[in-house]
Amino acid sequence: MSLNLGRFQITIIRKKRFKGLLPALLGPILALFLAFFVAGIIIVFSGVNPLLAFQSMFNGAFGSVRSFAETLVKTTPMLLAALGLTISYRTGLVSIGAEGQIIIGGLFTVLVGIYLGFLPGFILIPLMMIAAMFGGGLWAAIPGYLKAKLGVSEVINTIMLNYIATYLVAYLLDVPLREPPGYFPQSAQIAKQAWLPYLLKGTRLHMGVIFAFVAAFIVYFILWRSPLGYQMRAVGFNQKAARNAGIKVEKNLVLALALSGAFAGLAGMVEIAGIHHRLLGGFSSEYGFDAMAVALLGKTHPVGVVIAALFFGALRVGANMMQRTVQVPASLVFVIQGLVILFVLMDELIRNYAIRLVFKAKREEE
Amino acid sequence: MGASILGLIQAAIRMSTPILLASLGGMFTARVGIINFALEGIMIVGAFFGVYGSYVTGNPWLGALMGAIGGIVVALILGFMSITAKVDQVVAGTGINILFLGLTSYLLNIIFGIGAKPSKVNSFVEVPLPLLSDIPILGDVLFNQIPLVYLAIILVPICWYIVYKTSFGLNMRAVGENPRAADSVGLNVIAIRYIAIVISGFLGGLGGAFLSIGHLSVFMEKMTAGKGYVAWSSVTVGKWNPIGILGAALLFGTAEAFQLRLQAVGIEIPHQFFLMLPYVLTMLVLTGFVGKTVSPGALGKPYSKESK
Repeated sequence: MSLNLGRFQITIIRKKRFKGLLPALLGPILALFLAFFVAGIIIVFSGVNPLLAFQSMFNGAFGSVRSFAETLVKTTPMLLAALGLTISYRTGLVSIGAEGQIIIGGLFTVLVGIYLGFLPGFILIPLMMIAAMFGGGLWAAIPGYLKAKLGVSEVINTIMLNYIATYLVAYLLDVPLREPPGYFPQSAQIAKQAWLPYLLKGTRLHMGVIFAFVAAFIVYFILWRSPLGYQMRAVGFNQKAARNAGIKVEKNLVLALALSGAFAGLAGMVEIAGIHHRLLGGFSSEYGFDAMAVALLGKTHPVGVVIAALFFGALRVGANMMQRTVQVPASLVFVIQGLVILFVLMDELIRNYAIRLVFKAKREEE
Repeated sequence: MGASILGLIQAAIRMSTPILLASLGGMFTARVGIINFALEGIMIVGAFFGVYGSYVTGNPWLGALMGAIGGIVVALILGFMSITAKVDQVVAGTGINILFLGLTSYLLNIIFGIGAKPSKVNSFVEVPLPLLSDIPILGDVLFNQIPLVYLAIILVPICWYIVYKTSFGLNMRAVGENPRAADSVGLNVIAIRYIAIVISGFLGGLGGAFLSIGHLSVFMEKMTAGKGYVAWSSVTVGKWNPIGILGAALLFGTAEAFQLRLQAVGIEIPHQFFLMLPYVLTMLVLTGFVGKTVSPGALGKPYSKESK
């Protein structure tokens, strides 16, 4: 493919790959740059200087210890859910169901936190984690099973289960779990000793952030240092070849989705036990969709995913500040997210494009 | 009870039409081998510009047209991603959906103020069909609809004719089944795929506009609520055939109508379960239909001349 641009001729050769760390980083960075560039244009339409808007975003996210703590608070559930998605994407499964799995994880957390509230904290907190991971995993195993046994695409099913989880929790909060006397659709609080300890006075930063970063190591270990991960990646790379090599494809598909749901469920747990301390509608705040952008921007590698999650956490906090100070609606975050997904997908295209452009320009100068 | 059944039929037609319009659009991309996951984004943009167009011009027809044009723009992005950039179509579609669900919320806030709703805009009004609407009882339920409903129903045989009886339809199917063979007999694979994309954007945008100015006259954030995905499911369930798609859209639309009507009748089941119904049904129907349908051969696969 080649394109004539006056003095420059841009050719894209697909066969030749630019390997190494720098070109690998170039893609996501360019994607981010392009996403912000387009977002900037959109901000101009609302009559605000985009640089001012981005500046207030940055201040909102990193301006003080408190705001950075808040960034970490928002990073936590995104990172956990994105790590889960990393597992399913690496296995070749396009899951869009993190949102529903977070919700179910939160539900299981609250059930344990309320009904086993007589237990001491050091037992209760691990129990809630296990319950949340079990709940999220189970919810994700449904599309996994349908995919493996019956060949139904996981994509639509995971989306449908998001809606079903939302309405299920809405019902539970409406009737059986509603806190007496019942003015609001929310559950009772979980036992005090089940609250995750705060790490920093005067902020909402809680222990969940540690879980999230530890989970990054665990996911790396699962995917690259365990036989299970090797099998799952083989399935993701080439299902047919994996099958020929004697790998049980179906088992790995179910397991990968269940594992990814378990991490999303844990994200629900930290949101409940760390922040809300009770179940309420919309507690998942669409982190499940952020997680998709995070996993893709992080190139489905735990290191990349950690960086991308921090970035999107900052974006969330910053966008709220931006809405308050310069009246640019915070829904811009979703615009940026969508753009990031699209530009990251075009990564190879724009990366090679950029490198070619640089080379040609250099040659012209000589 | 009689009145509630009539009400159910009326609601079913109202709920099925946007799904039908969008799925007919989705069928065109499916036929040329493109997975149109962006229908959700196409519909939300159609809904937004439907209201905006009607708000600015005062004419719902111009609103619907603007919605359809908005849909085409979104579809072209999917086209670029899947035809030219050759990336994963499902992920691209999801990215497009997140982008435009956000962008429409953003524009709503910019144009009408943060947290505000657009003031009343003109929506479509029912046009009774002469003679037919005079049939006792059913006449008023079936033949007193807004024009977009009639349009959607007429489009079913038209789309069927295009796909199965015209040379363009044959070319489309060839491109979707085996782009290499289609290319070798001189068909322009890229152009045919882009044309299908434009048609799907037009119809999907129209379906979205139906949501906002069909019976309501308001745009709400995320008002598509997964209807784009349901529409894509009905393409599969309807076996890539306009008549099958009509059946699937009616099925999903009726499920949604049930949800509305049974709440009104006051049956003792929590309303959240009715809200779940369309989504549960989608999963069940997809599970029931899988393996019994044969998708276009090149569905989801980008085509490039050089490779292989």
